[in-house]
Amino acid sequence: MYSKSKTFSKGAIDVLPLMIPVVPFGIIFGAIGIELGFGPYLTYATSIIIFSGASQIVMLQLLSAGASSLVAITSSSVISTRHLLYGAVVSQHLNQLSIYWKIVLSYLLTDQAFAVSNEYFKKNANNIFKHYHLVGSGFTLWFIWQLTTVIGIVLGSIVPDELGLTFTIPLTFLALLVNFLRNINHLVVITLSGISSLIFFDAPFKSYIIISSIIALVGAAILIKLKK
Amino acid sequence: MSIWFSIIFAGLINYLTRLGSILIIKPKKMNHMTKQVLNYVPSAVFPAIIFPAVFLNQEGSLVEINDPKVIAIFIAFSIGILSKNLIITILSGLISFWIIIFLL
Repeated sequence: MYSKSKTFSKGAIDVLPLMIPVVPFGIIFGAIGIELGFGPYLTYATSIIIFSGASQIVMLQLLSAGASSLVAITSSSVISTRHLLYGAVVSQHLNQLSIYWKIVLSYLLTDQAFAVSNEYFKKNANNIFKHYHLVGSGFTLWFIWQLTTVIGIVLGSIVPDELGLTFTIPLTFLALLVNFLRNINHLVVITLSGISSLIFFDAPFKSYIIISSIIALVGAAILIKLKK
Repeated sequence: MSIWFSIIFAGLINYLTRLGSILIIKPKKMNHMTKQVLNYVPSAVFPAIIFPAVFLNQEGSLVEINDPKVIAIFIAFSIGILSKNLIITILSGLISFWIIIFLL
């Protein structure tokens, strides 16, 4: 039997391994905000208002480097456009919910929460409380991100550079793909996206992520057509 | 004040990118092909975050093939295929990265 609390807990547990990179990344972000001179309130506010690590770092780095607000906002927003794709995927599972639920769940729709909850949605389509999985995964991530941002703000760079913990970010995203690595079509799409991101890395406003994603999805559509 | 405005504005746009398609898209109107393509979203988005972080240095140039990050990501990739386990994949990559940079 499914229940709200069990589904919530499952979401929280499923996302826990992904906290390995989130903890150092949050601390590093908090420390960077202070180092760049934004002060504790502004640095923390980005974690609660933007709540997206990559967008936050780019935003503060650009502003501190003297970029105009327009450039900083545009770059941070372009990085976030990948969420449009996540929303399109989960909308298939959340369509029955009220607008209030959609408003809350959207705030919690991060990369990690999307990855683990989407897998759960696919396997548990008949659970009427399945959206609680996204609440569990999203809230856990939100809580740890807020907490570690504050730790970074208060304690500074307590994460030694020598440990190379920023490497855990690509590692996590690789780990989120483990279920697809044995499928040749997915491997082609992964390679296409990866190579495109290297080619388009210098595209304006950090648009390489969305450009590569679209190229890879077009590739996926071609592969599906060819298989028919 | 303009910095606060920028952050609030960026936050709003960021939030709208998350809410937008959940609110607008009607899955019943989505054709089979679109649903199939959407299955590839993780495989289309995540590599665009992985590859530059592994294969490019801070200046944006390609790193050497024997760079610790490249070797470690290939080890994690291989272990990921074999184990299909998220936590084992992360730990195998991190531990092999540390072995390469600290011990070799």
